[in-house]
Amino acid sequence: MKKALAVLAFLAVVAAGVFYGLTAPNRLSAEEIDALPTGDALKGETVFWAGGCASCHSAPGAKGDAKLVLSGGHELKTPFGIFRSPNISPHADAGIGNWSPADFANAMLKGTSPNGSHYYPAFPYTSYARMTPGDVVDLFAYILTLPKSDQVAADHSLGFPFNIRRGLGLWKRVFLSPDPVVDLATSDAQVLRGQYLVEGPGHCGACHTPRNLAGGAVLSNWLGGGPAPEGDGRIPNITPHESGIGSWSAAEIAESLKTGFTPSFDSFGSSMVAVQENMARLTEADRAAIAAYLKAIKPVASAK
Amino acid sequence: MQLSRLLKLSLAAGLFAAAVGTSFAAGNPASERQALMKNVGAATKAGASIAKGEVEFDLVAAQLVLHTMNGSALGFGYMFPAGSETGSETEASPKIWEDRAGFDAAVNKFVADTSAKVTDLDSFKAAFGAATANCSSCHKAWRVKK
Repeated sequence: MKKALAVLAFLAVVAAGVFYGLTAPNRLSAEEIDALPTGDALKGETVFWAGGCASCHSAPGAKGDAKLVLSGGHELKTPFGIFRSPNISPHADAGIGNWSPADFANAMLKGTSPNGSHYYPAFPYTSYARMTPGDVVDLFAYILTLPKSDQVAADHSLGFPFNIRRGLGLWKRVFLSPDPVVDLATSDAQVLRGQYLVEGPGHCGACHTPRNLAGGAVLSNWLGGGPAPEGDGRIPNITPHESGIGSWSAAEIAESLKTGFTPSFDSFGSSMVAVQENMARLTEADRAAIAAYLKAIKPVASAK
Repeated sequence: MQLSRLLKLSLAAGLFAAAVGTSFAAGNPASERQALMKNVGAATKAGASIAKGEVEFDLVAAQLVLHTMNGSALGFGYMFPAGSETGSETEASPKIWEDRAGFDAAVNKFVADTSAKVTDLDSFKAAFGAATANCSSCHKAWRVKK
């Protein structure tokens, strides 16, 4: 009996060690950090709107220039609990004013905080991981030009086991990859630009792709819509399927992102309103690229 | 002028179709308000082509666009009664019934913004812009995702 207990204890220690190893936060390598270019704030503004940062990180209900005060405090009500967006204004204590470009790149590309803990994927780093290092440091340079806020957002309210951040290390091993989602087998520059915007900074799949029980994206239904990952309702299918937006022309898709009206002059609602307001700040060429990509991907039927 | 006449005809046809649709749906607030929303959509489509200069400006047609929206706006105050929270694939947010005063204020704003008198293309563009800003602001707050 004693021997069995000893074996069990030994196995538990081994399992804990393996868990600890498998869940270690990952960071960019020293070479990758050395290779980070110098950020250009002017170029970063485009990345900021493409990335939709303000939609979660400005104060709830902020309009116009108030959207540039990234004090946080948005609540995302999900099956895992309530996530609250943090302050990412350039305030030294409350925000990210003391961060280095490498800290910011680790957050965006690896989902790892400066003190080495995992971020929850409510922060869509699974998409941002596909961004170029240049766009990431440009974005950081732009955010540093924005107003400071000393607001400190409340912490997330999550149940067990989701409140154990360390466990996200395993989750990331399965669901975090910088590889493109779809293999388009095309050299069309417009489609590829659209792919970058949609799969990377735009993080469209964070809402428009259904999630499995672990909260990971079901990539076989990429952009096929499904139950909303936060809040109530369903997210529409935006693939070129008849149950999606197959009847929309590329020009109509681009126009809807500019105006907020569908081809039948229904208007976007709920959280898509803020997304569309961000998309309206992109260039015509970028909206056309997003439309070209959405016409090029595989049509999938909406899940029942 | 040919285009404007066409536009008037199609607007009238749209109104008629919506009226017929509404009468068929009588007794079911969720589908009634959906028919009314489609009416607003049809008016917005016509108004957008006027505002963009895709059709020649016509005072009667332009005013009709706002009148159509206004008529629907006046109806929205009555078309979200208790008991119509679900059914007919409604996208109405439960918040409408939780915060009736807030919802009524949004409806009243839409009524006010669609009450403008059109005198020329510029006044139409201004009124149409103000009226259609209600689409997204209202749908952001009072419509669930779909």
